[in-house]
Amino acid sequence: MTTLPAATIEVPQRGMVADALRRHPTMIAGFAILAAMVLMAILAPYLGTIDPQAVSPVRRLREPSELYWFGTDMLGRDVYSRTIYGARISLAVGLAVAVLSIAIGLFFGLITGYVRLADTILMRVMDGLMSIPPILLAIALMALTKASVENVIVAITIAEVPRVTRLVRSVVLGLREQPFVEAAVASGTRFHHILIKHILPNTVAPLLVQGTYICASAMITEAILSFIGAGTPPNIPSWGNIMAEGRSLFQVAYYVILFPGIFLSIAVLAVNLVGDGLRDALDPRLARRM
Amino acid sequence: MGGLPRMAEGRGMTSPLLQVAGLKKYFPVRKGLLSRTVGQVYAVDDIAFTLNKGETLGLVGESGCGKSTAGKTILRLIEPTAGTIRVNGERIDGLTRAAMRPWRRELQVVFQDPYSSLNPRMSAGDVVGEPLVNYGLAAGAALKEKVAGLFARVGLRPEQMQRYPHEFSGGQRQRIGIARALALNPSLIVCDEPVSALDVSVQAQVINLLMDLQGEFGLSYLFIAHDLAVVEHISHRIAVMYLGKIVELTDKRSLFANPQHPYTEALLSAVPVPDPKARRKRIILTGDVPSPINPPSGCRFHTRCPYAEARCKVEEPAMRELRPGHFVACHLRNVDAAALKPAG
Repeated sequence: MTTLPAATIEVPQRGMVADALRRHPTMIAGFAILAAMVLMAILAPYLGTIDPQAVSPVRRLREPSELYWFGTDMLGRDVYSRTIYGARISLAVGLAVAVLSIAIGLFFGLITGYVRLADTILMRVMDGLMSIPPILLAIALMALTKASVENVIVAITIAEVPRVTRLVRSVVLGLREQPFVEAAVASGTRFHHILIKHILPNTVAPLLVQGTYICASAMITEAILSFIGAGTPPNIPSWGNIMAEGRSLFQVAYYVILFPGIFLSIAVLAVNLVGDGLRDALDPRLARRM
Repeated sequence: MGGLPRMAEGRGMTSPLLQVAGLKKYFPVRKGLLSRTVGQVYAVDDIAFTLNKGETLGLVGESGCGKSTAGKTILRLIEPTAGTIRVNGERIDGLTRAAMRPWRRELQVVFQDPYSSLNPRMSAGDVVGEPLVNYGLAAGAALKEKVAGLFARVGLRPEQMQRYPHEFSGGQRQRIGIARALALNPSLIVCDEPVSALDVSVQAQVINLLMDLQGEFGLSYLFIAHDLAVVEHISHRIAVMYLGKIVELTDKRSLFANPQHPYTEALLSAVPVPDPKARRKRIILTGDVPSPINPPSGCRFHTRCPYAEARCKVEEPAMRELRPGHFVACHLRNVDAAALKPAG
């Protein structure tokens, strides 16, 4: 047995994450952009904004200027203020959908991974849901309900759950056959301990990665729903809503669509950068080589 | 061998720890939308053996012959299709999960792959301590002390308890797996190819550790392997499996000196001899191992057997005791054991 100096390998998990951060500068960029976006959303009232709903027909469709950084829309509302406030909706929807769909998908995934009868029934339902494009499914669900941010979150979550369920199910089925799980069964570990100590911790890494992709796709879906008028109610500024209202005039007043579009792209890009970095950092095959 | 009593024979012994009879494990082959069962994989098909206290029974055979499945079925990690499994004379097949729990303390396992047999998200100390926690045998400082003792016993340093599996080498990981198996002070450890993933020098260390532990705790091993040299070193008796069946079962000396089943002969002739000048007869088997989904009729070995006769194709040979303690399933071996000549 080789004797390694104890100092060379310290607390592994934390050290690995720090190490991975260092080796993935894009992930740091992603985190930085996201942090800035979150701060911007929280501090919206203090960032030189005015009431995003304040209508002022006199100063409508002003070009970007020192006074109106991103110009004004057809009702004279300040596009800068609306875009900054809009970040709240997009980020909240992205985060809420990611957390909810992971939680629900984890629950269904564990059931389908362990109960054969439930697996047969639930997975057929999930297959059915997955055969409908997620955006169409979300539109259909929104058509059944009233426009509100909560309903948007619910609709997008329902569309995302089958994918998470499938992921968790495959991870659970793989883990069940792992020798370390069989060894735990052989040494008398109770079922709930197997789930908590052996199965769940090993689903965290793939779910974290999947969560970031769901977050990114939820932000886009929210924008699409709002853009076609099936999403966030029009009185709440969201990036999709702002673009929807600027659509009819975009040949004349490009800036109403341009700025929220840029913010949406940057936010989605940042989340994806974080996801890619996490995927590399948490891949056990890469970790083993370290 | 640790001053152990010689327990060469399987019968007439005072204390059989494990008795397996008629053990079968068939896996259904499902197809189509409604998961119709279209066939069976005869992974383990009617095997029987006993294992005494303090004894090592080697279970050898090619990949896919069902030796690992047999081990897992005995541990009730896989439900047997049929057959009885007795531990200390009591049947453990058919017990519910709750009723099985006390028995799990007696039966432990060491797996082949030192990488996948340890949870990557648990520290080595937690892995080894888990069985003790499961049965409420120790907690807090006492638990730590016990785990440290187990670490020391298998040749690891107790300060390594905090480390995670990926920080250990393959041999060290296998020692962690052995420490986990020892934690509950079991009677029987099923070793499922415990050294085949290790370097030769490390293999010797781990094998010697297992043999020392056997002497110290009076453990029994069901030692599953495909490496005959390793099996010869550690086992008292050896069972040879082919396509889900045991074809020969005897003590180590008779098996190596006087193999009776044609398959055992071929298997032994494939063991490398560390002498380049040594001249010996190699028996090269032709063809592949037949599929366990559709095993050959009669004797399962007849498709590759150099001595096969017409009768071998239709009639399945029963296990017969040629000499006391030497069991063979072959039509061509008589109790008087006449010499065989290859057919054609």
